[in-house]
Amino acid sequence: MHPIISALKHHKTTVVLVALEIALTCAIVTNALFLIGDRVAAIRAPTGVSDNELVWAQTSGLDLGQGGKAGDDTAADMAALQGMPGVESVVTTSGLPLSGDMFSRSVYRRSGDKGSSLDNVVEYMGSPGMLRTLGIKVSEGRDFLPKEHVDYDPFKKGQLPPTVAIITRTLAEELWPGQDPLGKTFWQDSNGKDALQVVGVVDHLLNPQINNAQGIDRSFILPVAMVRGGLYVLRVKPGARGAVKRDLPEVLTRIDPLRMVTEDHIYSDTVSDFYHGDRAMIWVLVVVTSCLLALTALGVVGLSSFWVQQRTRQIGIRRAIGATRRDILRYFQFENLLIVTAGIVIGSLGAVGLNLWLMQRYELAHMPLAWLATGAVVLWLLGQLAVLGPALRAARVPPVVATRSV
Amino acid sequence: MLGYYLNLALRSLKRTPILTGLMVLATGLGIGASMTMLTVLHVMTDDPLPGRSAQLYTPHLDPLPLEYKLRDDSPNPTDDLTWPDAMALLKAHRGVRQAAMAGGSLLLWPGRSDLRPFYVNGRYATADFFALFGVPFERGGGWSAADDAAAAQVVVLTETLARKLFGTGNAVGQTVRLGEHDFRVIGVAAHWVPKPLFYADQTGTQYSDADLFFLPLSAAVSQKLQVSGNRSGWAKGDETALTSANMSWLQFWAQLDTPAQIAAYRQYLVDYSAQQKALGRFQRPPTNAKLYSLMGWLAHENLVPNDVRLQLWLALGFLFVCMVNIVALLLAKFLRRSGEISVRRALGARRRDIFVQLGIESALIGVAGGALGVAIAQLGLWSIRQRPDDYARLAQMDASMLLGTLMFAVVASVLAGLLPAWRACRVPPALQLKAM
Repeated sequence: MHPIISALKHHKTTVVLVALEIALTCAIVTNALFLIGDRVAAIRAPTGVSDNELVWAQTSGLDLGQGGKAGDDTAADMAALQGMPGVESVVTTSGLPLSGDMFSRSVYRRSGDKGSSLDNVVEYMGSPGMLRTLGIKVSEGRDFLPKEHVDYDPFKKGQLPPTVAIITRTLAEELWPGQDPLGKTFWQDSNGKDALQVVGVVDHLLNPQINNAQGIDRSFILPVAMVRGGLYVLRVKPGARGAVKRDLPEVLTRIDPLRMVTEDHIYSDTVSDFYHGDRAMIWVLVVVTSCLLALTALGVVGLSSFWVQQRTRQIGIRRAIGATRRDILRYFQFENLLIVTAGIVIGSLGAVGLNLWLMQRYELAHMPLAWLATGAVVLWLLGQLAVLGPALRAARVPPVVATRSV
Repeated sequence: MLGYYLNLALRSLKRTPILTGLMVLATGLGIGASMTMLTVLHVMTDDPLPGRSAQLYTPHLDPLPLEYKLRDDSPNPTDDLTWPDAMALLKAHRGVRQAAMAGGSLLLWPGRSDLRPFYVNGRYATADFFALFGVPFERGGGWSAADDAAAAQVVVLTETLARKLFGTGNAVGQTVRLGEHDFRVIGVAAHWVPKPLFYADQTGTQYSDADLFFLPLSAAVSQKLQVSGNRSGWAKGDETALTSANMSWLQFWAQLDTPAQIAAYRQYLVDYSAQQKALGRFQRPPTNAKLYSLMGWLAHENLVPNDVRLQLWLALGFLFVCMVNIVALLLAKFLRRSGEISVRRALGARRRDIFVQLGIESALIGVAGGALGVAIAQLGLWSIRQRPDDYARLAQMDASMLLGTLMFAVVASVLAGLLPAWRACRVPPALQLKAM
């Protein structure tokens, strides 16, 4: 080991440059891998509904000046949609996971206690059969009973809200940490009115939008008779989705020609559109990371080849005085290991620093230290792989070189 | 001499094609990635109204009660003005020109059987809007202050919308049904879309939005037309009425030509706030009133998404690694030629000559790398244009960015060549010659 280090001392600048390159690559690649992992995890999070069996639509009533109330058509619409080939069931809901618009409100843990509020809780509403149609799985408790669906519109005065709700696991943990939420009551009104009893808990149900205020999946579902101005959600056999989406605007327009179908989507496309930014980011990170690793590897190959060429005579002498080919190979491999390790040590510090800086500026999460280990392993392997070619060439240098020229 | 150095550099690069290729590739990748993201940032932070932007200012008041808490995750109500404040500023007429405005999305009834009703985005504004921003007209013109006062039902269409509704015929004088009301077309504006749409409220997608119609703000308020964009209220009761003193929803821009006018306007805003505070309407310090320049306002709005900034840092980091890589490779390459350099030194070349010769060699790599970088950046920008984001369509390289890319590449590679060239020209010739 000692001769390797003293040999390196003769190439201080080059060694420092290579170690610096490894360190920078290590810092960037580690953070990039962490970001990739983070985004992939976000994309893979289950929406909580049957992604591949839903089609949804929204209409805007254009009854301006024509008389008649918006929403009069809802029942007729649902009947017509139900009759379309391939459609298994239809419901109206106030929203779908990742579909965009959402409604959130404060709820209260204790009756009439303003201080017990939990703000920005997302409220889903759905007509009878919502859970079954959307494919939401109740992990504890039960689905709504038909009689629990009542006529209710939160923007209309004088209507009594439902008395039961199904809540997500996340909301349950925030309302009553560590307790069984089934049968417990929370309030929609700070004056102790509008109590809701929890009849069921779902493990997964993402919000219509994901942001800092409302979080990812903190919501409750209310059973209503019909959501006016809401979404029509159709449960469709996967193969029939394209045809249903295509025919849907015509079916709805036939019920009432004076309106527009403002949204009509295959739900899996909605989910995919929602994550387009994350996918673009992953793509960019993957491309840059691979280029970075490839470039670093090529740089190591280039320099090692140069060193091998420069030391051909020394190698010849070592071989002449008894070093085996394996010794020469080991020598270059070990030299590379030393430089890469030095780079990784500096780079890991840089990676942590970079992560802290990114956390401060871009609200990224804290990087678990496991990613450092991943980055280190990647770079060790890369270094060894890159040096293998030049080192093998060095090992093939015949001892006779020592006797040639001066 | 330069020709000779160029010849030497070309020969030397040709001698080691793989190493040269590697260095050109590294420069090209690093420059290409960086220039892609720099171009995106450049088009996103570009001046939306060149020539006029320096005179445009937007005033902001703070009518919030003391107990109102601003939140990171919801819009700041002081970004917009309330109706009474906007009207007071208009009436005071302290700028050369000024206009209040808000966005609106209305259902348009084409009155033709072959066109179904559709929603159009437009702007409700006061009379000075067109002169203030220099909106070009194809036919007719904007409305007058008298029309503002009378809440006249008139509308200016953009050329795109006019052509869609009336074909190539003259749209001026025709009637358009917007929502539940008829508006008389008094002007057709030429295609005019500042990017970003700086005067729109910041909840929209300002890089892709465009206004297709303009109509008097007073008409919109009196007919209770749909207002798009954020409306922040802070009092119970009348917070949904557009004329409420406790809800902000209007944008306001003024033209100020001289530093004296700007200073006077600042002072006026503080005085107005102090007066409102004395009347008991405002509660916060009058010095909270602010006057932003157009570019200052865009910087304050911070329209560039975090992901874009993150990608720019990633690209610049990548470029830096590429450069370190090139420094190491050039060092190896130049030092390997110690013998050749020593011969040239022994024949009379000065250190400076060697330095210039090696510098030209690295600059040559920069030129080749820059050309590759331009190609890679075009590829990168093409892939960005495929994104569905609102800024994606703007991602194009103009001539200055193209030239900048090449310059950037040459400067970067010459900088990368400095250390290796310096080391190489300090090789002691005698020692090397002896070893030969």
